[in-house]
Amino acid sequence: MRVNFTVNGRPQEADDVWEGESLLYVLRERLGLPGSKNACEQGECGSCTVRLDGVPVCSCLVAAGQVEGREVVTVEGLADYAKERACGHRSPEGQDSQTGEGTELAPIQQAFIDAGAVQCGFCTPGLLVAADEMLERNPNPSDADIREALSGNLCRCTGYEKIMDAVRLAAARQGEAV
Amino acid sequence: MDFLRPASWEEALAAKAEHPTAVPIAGGTDVMVEINFDHRRPEYLLDLNRVGELTDWEVGEDSVRLGASVPYTHIMEHLRGELPGLALASHTVASPQIRNRGGVGGNLGTASPAGDAHPALLAAGAEVEVESVRGSRRIPIDEFYTGVKRNALAADELIRAVHVKKADGPQQYSKVGTRNAMVIAVCAFGLALHPETRTVRTGIGSAAPTPVRAKAAEEFLNAALEEGGFWDNGKIITPSVAKQFADLCAASCNPIDDVRGTASYRRHAVGIMARRTLTWTWESYRGTAATTEGAA
Repeated sequence: MRVNFTVNGRPQEADDVWEGESLLYVLRERLGLPGSKNACEQGECGSCTVRLDGVPVCSCLVAAGQVEGREVVTVEGLADYAKERACGHRSPEGQDSQTGEGTELAPIQQAFIDAGAVQCGFCTPGLLVAADEMLERNPNPSDADIREALSGNLCRCTGYEKIMDAVRLAAARQGEAV
Repeated sequence: MDFLRPASWEEALAAKAEHPTAVPIAGGTDVMVEINFDHRRPEYLLDLNRVGELTDWEVGEDSVRLGASVPYTHIMEHLRGELPGLALASHTVASPQIRNRGGVGGNLGTASPAGDAHPALLAAGAEVEVESVRGSRRIPIDEFYTGVKRNALAADELIRAVHVKKADGPQQYSKVGTRNAMVIAVCAFGLALHPETRTVRTGIGSAAPTPVRAKAAEEFLNAALEEGGFWDNGKIITPSVAKQFADLCAASCNPIDDVRGTASYRRHAVGIMARRTLTWTWESYRGTAATTEGAA
């Protein structure tokens, strides 16, 4: 089956998609976007988190056919997405690089680096997408808000403390910028 | 495998009539796990995401008509006042990502004894609106669960909505698991006070082949509350009454030993949850009653 949808602002067409295939598989294996990670394939770990029409979901649990005509943002498009949000409008063409290379980092990405919240990095893309969405909804999160928003993302390296630091840092910087 | 994409409810019913083996998929949080792990290879997947009305809800006079695909996130955000028990239960479902996709229709369709919504629906009182090309019917929640992962749906029927009674008193929900997020219930308990009818209803999850009500415990408590004039005098429930209620709730379980817990642990935990949720709701009822009296 063929699936047409928008990924990171660009129309995409995936061909020969198996009907039982997940959105995650289509992104990684058919569209060359390996940022969303494949780990548990059962919605437990959150490393495949993407935005589907703006809403954070586990892409491993979305059937490919369900995204027909819809909009997906992956970690590769996060920097542009954040930029458009800051400017209040959307760039007409989408980004040049589908894999996100050569683009500036989103504030949440920079905060993860600055706070040392990345170790092996496997959980990072999912955490970035989830954290960015929370900061969009809730610019001044309490620690409890952060923990709740990230409760669907497992990290086995950091013990979460540095991740909490990173999200607090991104929130603080966001507050300064306004 | 074929992927059916009906654009309307009528088309969905027609597709289900033509292909009774088609597996409906909405949030996908159960179905996709089974497909990803090769546990299931349905001949047809019937995608309900394009049927927009399934994510709508209406607040009526006595009940809320909740579309089958209304995500748990929306129940938590918008229906906490009308459906407090279900909102609490929704909050215990997995993680934000899962709550953004999953809904009560899927919980009912899967009919797992561990489904988080069931105890809240049983306690509140609910009817499941199902439909096929042959017509529509409403199944009382007590008659909906027929066995482990089995429900009262016919092969050509789809779940359209759930009609849940609006809370007329305090409701509580309690769930035992190893952590706060991402857990399948070891066991769960829902309790609703219904001051209008002077009754108490319960729901137990993960402690029997199906979600069940603790009917003997309800009957005992209803009689005890009536006899002691508790609904009127708003006194603290006697510890012996609470204990008897908890024991009867535990006795109404029929649990198994499995990886998540033993049968005896489940029975014990259900008793504890029954006593606690009764105490919490009753304290809340007394508080409200006191406020009302003070205002009058």
